[in-house]
Amino acid sequence: MNTKSPYQIKIGKILSVKQMTSMEKMFEIALPGEDLSHAPGQFVEVSLLGIGEAPLSVSSSPTKQGSFELVVRKVGKLTGALHKLKAGDEVGIRGPFGQGFPVRILEGNDLLFVAGGLGIVPLRSLINFVIGNRKNFGKVDILLGCRNPKEMLFHEELAGWKERLDVNFNCTVDKADPDWKGNVGLITSLIPGVTLDSERTFAVVVGPPIMYKFVIMKLLDKNIPERQILISLERHMKCGLGKCGHCQIGNTYCCQDGPVFTYEKVKAIGGAI
Amino acid sequence: MQYNLLNKNQLNDLISFLAREQKVVAPVAQGLNNYAFTEIKNGIQATLNYIPTTLPPKKYFMPQRETLATYDTTQGQNMDPVVEHEKVALFGVHTCDLAGIQCLNMVFSEKPKDQNYLARKNAITIIGYECNAYCDRFASCRLVHNHTPNGGYDLFMTNLGDKFILHVNTPAGEKIIERSHLFSLAAKADLAALERLRQKKREIFEKNEIPIEHEKIPELFDKSYQSKVWADLDKRCVACGNCTNVCPSCYCFDVIDEPNLDLTTGRRYRQWDSCQNETFAKVAGGENFRKERGARQRHRYYRKFRFPIEKFSRFFCTGCGRCSRACMAKIDLKETLVSLIKEQGMENPNAGRQSTIAEKPATF
Repeated sequence: MNTKSPYQIKIGKILSVKQMTSMEKMFEIALPGEDLSHAPGQFVEVSLLGIGEAPLSVSSSPTKQGSFELVVRKVGKLTGALHKLKAGDEVGIRGPFGQGFPVRILEGNDLLFVAGGLGIVPLRSLINFVIGNRKNFGKVDILLGCRNPKEMLFHEELAGWKERLDVNFNCTVDKADPDWKGNVGLITSLIPGVTLDSERTFAVVVGPPIMYKFVIMKLLDKNIPERQILISLERHMKCGLGKCGHCQIGNTYCCQDGPVFTYEKVKAIGGAI
Repeated sequence: MQYNLLNKNQLNDLISFLAREQKVVAPVAQGLNNYAFTEIKNGIQATLNYIPTTLPPKKYFMPQRETLATYDTTQGQNMDPVVEHEKVALFGVHTCDLAGIQCLNMVFSEKPKDQNYLARKNAITIIGYECNAYCDRFASCRLVHNHTPNGGYDLFMTNLGDKFILHVNTPAGEKIIERSHLFSLAAKADLAALERLRQKKREIFEKNEIPIEHEKIPELFDKSYQSKVWADLDKRCVACGNCTNVCPSCYCFDVIDEPNLDLTTGRRYRQWDSCQNETFAKVAGGENFRKERGARQRHRYYRKFRFPIEKFSRFFCTGCGRCSRACMAKIDLKETLVSLIKEQGMENPNAGRQSTIAEKPATF
């Protein structure tokens, strides 16, 4: 049937699968003959026919061409099935969907990235985009927090960011293990130590729902204007088309109007943060 | 001429005429105080004086289960989208349900457009039917201005006692008039009779069922997010989802895969879902953004009275009263609104008596 169904999937070929931690795997996926053409912060709906579909944020930067990367934690039916796949297997892809980070607005400004836990997965897309276009941005600070050292993702890349002279990188864990030599404490403990020019700094925050309230309080203490605090909200974006209702926050559909919002926009919406 | 007449004894002929070209569905009595839109073959089966059917006509626009695609995974991820529709004439749709269909039309026509819905919509002919009085105590159609027709139909029938007068609203409606040869032109006296009927309705629907002005409802909800009323609903709601299933403007759905027994082929379908279900706003990480029943009920009310104002400039409550009739815990929409109004001290016992929105005259 000749229809333009928004539910039609594109075939994604898995190029490689990499075990990241005990819970996460990274999938490198190519759409034969085309690029995903996503903006940092956007997501795709990933399908395995017969099992279902789930929204996953794109972790690679659009500067990486020919393929894109998804980092998947094994938590449910679809992600469990994804974890069983190997290079050469196919997945269904719809998207990209949603409003990503406003890259054009960020250009020329200082950036403070705050990532908690899996928040680094979508944030990595923007961080690598910024690093790939480094001269277009001002000072860059990256703060990363996770529960324990074993959950830390992208070890090699983090080491690379740490070594760069044009990026300030700092990380912390909630609970250390004997080999950990870095900071111990919540992500909020790293914010006061950052020197920043609040007028020209955009804070980009992605993490578990509980994190936003506390991180935003610290950012406001630093006098970062509300419209310069960008957050990416997690909801169940089932259809991706602004219809099914699962991802609704107040009057907005996270899948179409988000997932990236300014704090200014969502602060008054009940249930957003 | 926009108005035509149909003799009462020719109603059956009209149904037969429609049934020649499509499936005709109309309200059919299903036992005491229960009605359902059901396929009919002749006019005798239809009931025109009915309280709102258990399910609204939305089931013809988005069925409880609707296939979106079939698939075959024998050689990878192969999927064929499916857009199903069938020619249907909806007969005897009350003004509250016409409003519900208008709401759904707006939602599914908004980009990205929903092809499955629109294909069905385009194959449906709607013949509305006017309520000359209240159906029962649950209705609040006056409050949301749905007690009189506001479009959304091809033909609209009003019972003038010995005959029906029909307003023709679309080319599809005009075709039925022309091709059935059952209608005669309405005379001046008929239009006057229609106007008298509408005047009488103005007396019956003299003021809002709930003591608040139509225009004040968004303000009421702006003030009521932290209301104690939601805490009360939290204790009473059993999260069964009846209220959203029977709501003519509720359209939330789930998308589910159903493998065939060979485990390689199957279908992907959507199915009505409810924001009242506990897991509706839960994400994979475990967080549930509307964990409490009170928060979910609040969400439902805001989706009817507050959120759609900005997006669609209308209320999504149609005043049909179905949610109150279907509630196992006797949560009553009118009572909930009255509690919110009292809490905010916004009571206006005469609300609606001199509505700022002028009633439409019978002749357009």
